Amino acid sequence: MTVVADVMDLESALEQFDPVLGLEVHVELNTRSKMFCGCGTVFGAPPNTQTCPVCLGLPGALPVVNERAVESAIKIGLALNCEIAEWCRFARKNYFYPDMPKNFQTSQYDEPIAFNGWTEVVVDGETYRIEIERAHMEEDTGKSTHVGGATGRIHGASHSLVDYNRAGIPLIEIVTKTIEVPGEKAAAVARAYVSMLRDLLLALDVSDVRMDQGSLRCDANVSLKPKGSPVLGTRTETKNVNSFRSIERAVTYEITRQAAVLASGGKVIQETRHWHEDTGITTSGREKSDAEDYRYFPEPDLVPIAPSRDWVEELRKTLPEPPPARRARLQAEWGFTDLVMRDVVNGGAQNLIEQTVALGVTPDAARKWWLGELARAANEAGKDLDALGVGAEQVAEVQKLVDEGALNDKLAREVFDGLVKGEGTPAEIMAARGLALVSDDSALGEAVDRAIAANPDVVEKVQSGKPAAAGALIGAVMKDMRGQADAAKVRELVNAKLGI
Amino acid sequence: MSDLTRKTAVELADLMSSGETSSVEITQAHLDRIGAVDNAVHAFLHVDTEGALAQAAAVDAKRAAGDELGPLAGVPLALKDVLTQEGVPTTAGSKILEGWKPPYDSTVVQRLKAAGIVILGKTNMDEFAMGSSTENSAYGTTHNPWDLNRIPGGSGGGSSAALAAYEAPLAIGTDTGGSIRQPGAFTGTVGVKPTYGGTSRYGLIALASSLDTPGPCARTTLDAALLHEVIAGYDPMDSTSIDAPVPPVVAAARKGDVTGLRIGVVKELGGEGYQPGVEARFHEAVELLTKLGAEVVEVSCPHFQYALPAYYLILPSEASSNLAKFDGMRFGLRVGDDGVNDAEKVMSLTREAGFGDEVKRRIMLGTHALSSGYYDAYYGQAQKVRTLIARDFARAYEQVDVLVSPATPTTAFAIGDRIDDPIAMYKNDLCTIPSNLAGNAAASFPVGLADEDGLPVGFHVMAPVMRDDLLYQVGSALEAAQAEQWGGVLMSKVPELEVAR
Amino acid sequence: MPSITREEVAHLARLARIELTDEELDHLAPQLDQIIGLVAQVSDVAADDIPPTSHALPITNVMRQDENRPCLTPEQALSGAPAAEEQRFRVPRILTEEA
Repeated sequence: MTVVADVMDLESALEQFDPVLGLEVHVELNTRSKMFCGCGTVFGAPPNTQTCPVCLGLPGALPVVNERAVESAIKIGLALNCEIAEWCRFARKNYFYPDMPKNFQTSQYDEPIAFNGWTEVVVDGETYRIEIERAHMEEDTGKSTHVGGATGRIHGASHSLVDYNRAGIPLIEIVTKTIEVPGEKAAAVARAYVSMLRDLLLALDVSDVRMDQGSLRCDANVSLKPKGSPVLGTRTETKNVNSFRSIERAVTYEITRQAAVLASGGKVIQETRHWHEDTGITTSGREKSDAEDYRYFPEPDLVPIAPSRDWVEELRKTLPEPPPARRARLQAEWGFTDLVMRDVVNGGAQNLIEQTVALGVTPDAARKWWLGELARAANEAGKDLDALGVGAEQVAEVQKLVDEGALNDKLAREVFDGLVKGEGTPAEIMAARGLALVSDDSALGEAVDRAIAANPDVVEKVQSGKPAAAGALIGAVMKDMRGQADAAKVRELVNAKLGI
Repeated sequence: MSDLTRKTAVELADLMSSGETSSVEITQAHLDRIGAVDNAVHAFLHVDTEGALAQAAAVDAKRAAGDELGPLAGVPLALKDVLTQEGVPTTAGSKILEGWKPPYDSTVVQRLKAAGIVILGKTNMDEFAMGSSTENSAYGTTHNPWDLNRIPGGSGGGSSAALAAYEAPLAIGTDTGGSIRQPGAFTGTVGVKPTYGGTSRYGLIALASSLDTPGPCARTTLDAALLHEVIAGYDPMDSTSIDAPVPPVVAAARKGDVTGLRIGVVKELGGEGYQPGVEARFHEAVELLTKLGAEVVEVSCPHFQYALPAYYLILPSEASSNLAKFDGMRFGLRVGDDGVNDAEKVMSLTREAGFGDEVKRRIMLGTHALSSGYYDAYYGQAQKVRTLIARDFARAYEQVDVLVSPATPTTAFAIGDRIDDPIAMYKNDLCTIPSNLAGNAAASFPVGLADEDGLPVGFHVMAPVMRDDLLYQVGSALEAAQAEQWGGVLMSKVPELEVAR
Repeated sequence: MPSITREEVAHLARLARIELTDEELDHLAPQLDQIIGLVAQVSDVAADDIPPTSHALPITNVMRQDENRPCLTPEQALSGAPAAEEQRFRVPRILTEEA
């Protein structure tokens, strides 16, 4: 492991430098078959069960383009306000790597299918325009498992095992132009951009967009320039950034690391860096030397793609509502304030709340769970909210139990805890953890009697015209019942017994 | 019984349909012949005795059951070792693939099998089809049956030699710069490079993707046409395959009439550097075609002289990338995996040990041509030359129906003669390369022996894209007229090989 | 002056992952130089206004439907592997992260 670099605190870094960002996002499409062959694309299938001569790169095999992948690429391009090429080609990117079967990646080079686009993100109520350089089609690589070293890392491994199931799955690479926003917003804008892309791609139904499964991957290019200087600094490319949180953290880390290097008179090295989720730092990967020469040339095994304008216009008609418009509409429908909506979006909860509301839960209740208990659990687990393993159906189920009086909020939180830990359905968790509310009137009645007997002073206060004091009695009953009582019912009983 | 190995494919098919013999008998006769002469010729890298006899028996059974069979069902064939055949060793003439058994059939093989054609085995070739003599094979040189001290041409020398040695009546070759036509010329056999995209490349171990074309090889024009029809046609597994009906090649071969056909002699493909005996046979053939009613004119294709340099940029560039997959990770040879060397080192050691000199030369050349800073000057320029050559063809085809030239500047040379002179070796393909760059159809037909060395000369015909039928029309007219002249086909003059006991 | 030096050839060999011996470098460098001399002729003829041809035939838009086809079995897929382990291709240790 590389020595941990010194970092400068963010505030000081931003006093001296302006960050310049560039984001490259790889999206695995949700096509049934691969980019260039008919193999399946199911995530998590047993190793090497979704391969054929084409995606294994066996001698003699030839690629044939998946039409739906091209369609998806065009839709993504259109949704990002790109121009769609009238004619474009695939190119070979030549480099040797064991998880790349042909030792070249079939990609696009100077003729991408979509280019010159833009989109917008909102951070803290401010709208930032992000220019899109290009979106192009390519294929994914296989997956290596490193054996014999510590924790599956590449360093210290004795050998590696390669599974080519992922090799050849269609990828769209979306590349931004340089992003220059106020330094203190840079990391948040980067996160908001990727988050917005995720929502957009989901709405387009072109990808599962699961960062935890690698179907959305982000590489962050960061460079610094001295405040007020027009000269761009040397950039690093940070890879392996696999959640929305880590995009923000990785960008911030690189800003503070590069600032420390520059401030101490050092030079930033142009290199690939790797983000480590556990330690929260980036480490040096490989220097981008001149020796790296991809020798791109037009892929001779494929013919050009020339999407007809009719096809493009046809696809344009199928585009869903753009994310900013959607966000505004949902905010109005849900009656959330700007501040609340910002938390919803930043927290990656918009779609989840929408799905939960669609199941009959009120927007406020849905927001309460997603941004409360579940956001806290996600944060603890270091996961994005939608990777937590809890879905809208379960939230709706728990809320229904609350509405029916079988759970109160406190017990519901315990049920969510069980859901996060994979303990089963809400009913199973309630049974296993003994979480049912006591609705037995006689048991509750006895508890109320005990509370009244034990708190004569409170009773006196209530009866002397201070009904609000009854709250203390209700609290005592709840405590007595270890929280497993419906507070409303207890209040009813207390009021009845005291005749108010 | 007359020797079954001397028969044409058409004759063998007739003998089978009349019930005079069976595919098993025919196949066994050819296997015996291989056993007898292949020590001397070395046309085969692998003989699939069991597989071939099983295929033959299956065809015989179908015939006995009254099933409808294709015109070549039961006829044996020699397959160039660059096409995959499931479960049968496929090496492309390289050490790096020694012992590799593909888990799938190439499209050509699928179609051969579907037509009931019996695959005898895999034939020798220059490593990854890089060469003009088979001397670049990792498994030894094939000998020309006309003179065992001479090369049979390349890269498909094994396929052509198998025909000339009567080890098989049919063979499959692949042509990237002349690898079907040049060996055809050197062995006195027929070699056809169909239109690029007319035959599927799926399962053909790629040399240069934009040039490679599988095609038929045979001792007669009609046999070649029948085989052409079997393997040609659209294949959805090959994106560069042409989705159109196969040109009427068999009908053209049967017709063999050139009356009124306009033939252009390419001015630039002759003269200095061409062997007199080659030019003499070529001009005789042109005169013969004139007598048969063709209109012959001279045409100029001024950019053909740049075809060779353009080809030796495009081919190595594509090949350097196509051959990157041979790295010892997923299949084939692996060298230096001692637990200490990392993957990169093992790849480099494997490629060093597994590739021969010519392959290394061309990979290096292609790597150079695609490097940043050189791409525009080399690969980019070569692709412009490609445009100019295609324009030369287009202009010529405004005046004539087909173009003709000698297939090669010389006859077959002696083994070892050019092995250390890559450029002299490359010049073998001067006449054949333009058609690969432009993608049109072309073929070599035997037109006699050169006076000075008594070796076969090939007559090269180039037809427009998807007019492969015109090749057969010319070839078959020549063949008939010459047979009349000589009292038989050229192949009847091939010396008897000493048969091993 | 040669159009390609021995050092450049050595660099190409590294790019192409071929562990050439010194003898091979000695032999190959002058041959490549000679070949490059030949192929460089392409610069003499092709002008700027000539479009490049990468495909001999003017075909576009060859695509297939997004449908599954049968895969190889893992046994078939691994049948040619120099080494396999846990139904995966076993390869020597990898020292550099992916590009």
